[in-house]
Amino acid sequence: MQSTTTLLDPTAELQTAARQLLPRLESIAGLTVGLLDISKPRGKEFLDEVQKHLEEAGAKVRRYSKPTFTRIAPTELTQQISVECDAVIEGLAD
Amino acid sequence: MNQVLETQSANYVLVVKKDCPTCTLIEPVIRSLAKNTALSLKVYVQDDPSFPANLDGVIDDSSLEYSYQAEIEVVPTLIRLSDEGDTQTEESRIYGWDKQQWQSFTRIAELGADLVDFKPGCGSKTQDPGMSEVLALRFGKQILQARSVELAEAEDIMEACYDRGWSDGLPVVPPTPLRVMRMLSGSPRDAAEIVGNAPPDNVPCTIEKIAINAVMAGCKPEYFPVVIASVEAALQDRFCMHGLLCTTYFSAPVMVVNGPITKQIGMNSGINALGQGNRANATIGRALQLIIRNVGGGVPGGIDRACMGNPGKYTYCFAEDESDENWLSLAMDRGFERKDSVISLFAGEGLQPVLDQQSRAPESLAKSMASSLRSVAHRKLFGMADAILVVCSEHRRVFREGGWNKADLRKALFEELMTPGTEVVRGADGIAEGMPEKFKDKMLNKFREDGLHIVTTGGTAGMFSAIIGGWVASGERGSQLTSQKI
Repeated sequence: MQSTTTLLDPTAELQTAARQLLPRLESIAGLTVGLLDISKPRGKEFLDEVQKHLEEAGAKVRRYSKPTFTRIAPTELTQQISVECDAVIEGLAD
Repeated sequence: MNQVLETQSANYVLVVKKDCPTCTLIEPVIRSLAKNTALSLKVYVQDDPSFPANLDGVIDDSSLEYSYQAEIEVVPTLIRLSDEGDTQTEESRIYGWDKQQWQSFTRIAELGADLVDFKPGCGSKTQDPGMSEVLALRFGKQILQARSVELAEAEDIMEACYDRGWSDGLPVVPPTPLRVMRMLSGSPRDAAEIVGNAPPDNVPCTIEKIAINAVMAGCKPEYFPVVIASVEAALQDRFCMHGLLCTTYFSAPVMVVNGPITKQIGMNSGINALGQGNRANATIGRALQLIIRNVGGGVPGGIDRACMGNPGKYTYCFAEDESDENWLSLAMDRGFERKDSVISLFAGEGLQPVLDQQSRAPESLAKSMASSLRSVAHRKLFGMADAILVVCSEHRRVFREGGWNKADLRKALFEELMTPGTEVVRGADGIAEGMPEKFKDKMLNKFREDGLHIVTTGGTAGMFSAIIGGWVASGERGSQLTSQKI
């Protein structure tokens, strides 16, 4: 006769918080867009191209890069981007 | 000597079990104490409430609740209580049978006069193997904080663990509260202590969560300190567990354990040390992987983006063979002493043999090994991936007989692996892959400084050393070998 079994949860017991998306931008003309290079090889060439298109659409572009692609972005960097930019594009992997 | 108190009536508590010859010996003593109106006696019996015979009011403690709370270690134990207001507190206790001691403790001169002078007691049932965690769980302070998962009656326990996504693909040991308590007993660390934040979700990882996953991995409690140390190493910034988990490359933590603990817990550093069959090797390596999966949230296809992965992502843990006193261990290379128990984590994968059955001179064998080491990641990529050279026992003998120590081998490998950039730049040998053009006129070494580690393990037969290739993001920009004292 097997009674009820209790196990202990091996996970972090986290539930991902559901977050409301920020309002989408109607236009990027006159706004500042940050480009974050995660520091993978050839990221610069790709983001140069993206920057050209953004500037043609009237945006000001600011460039940032992570110290290394193997670690998450430092808090100071994400805070700096959030203060200086209206929008950000992060380049992920190669 | 116990002081005799001039109180009107003394209160005593006696804890016994029938299965103890000393308790049965003093059965008449217990009855006479119970009848004595000058004192009050409560008798708790651990196994059979009909014992002592012909005595009313015996308290059945077969749940062992009183014995646990009173921290009884031996039966019989006789406790004298003192009244302080409404509460009774323990004044002192004696255990076993020592006639003189009992007589002075109870202030009854003739107590048990016809019995032997002395007979030691027996172990309390609270001291039975495995009982302390059972009782701590039932009557102790609540130390487990993890969410309880109640399984439905129809659920198969093994399947339930799979269904909840807790497994690496192999069966796990169901983490019941009792098993987790037993795992926690393997370390003095507080269950609630936070060891660090586990990537990739960057969530606090407690000793308790480590214990739960160590249970699931199949660890014994005596392995637990090694598992904790492996987590502490993995969470150091220099190891870069976050990036290692996310990478499309093959790598995962490879663990090398040094020092006396390897013998104490029966780790394998001999025949088949990197293979299957040893519980400690197998389960310690697996525990860290389960922690990253379950606590950190690093699941293959989720944040773990490995193109192929490698079989070592189930488990990759072994002990170093430290039988040659004159050959420095990996831990000693990292600044520890022979007497220290240390776990070192390396971001690596796979095992590439270095077969050399002909070399009898150190010079030849070092060249042989260097030649094979060029294949790490790619023959034309230099300074990118670290490596561990795993020297087998017979190859170590060749070096030792040739008068070489580990430093000599390291120096020879370094010199042998210096290479003109022109040979390995992109396009050389008709192969597009290789070093960028800017290295064309430089002398390059296959490994960055501190990028090649040397370890010894394995059986005594076979001239087969091996290479554990490292992550291509080795060094400060990614992962560096990380050692943690256990």
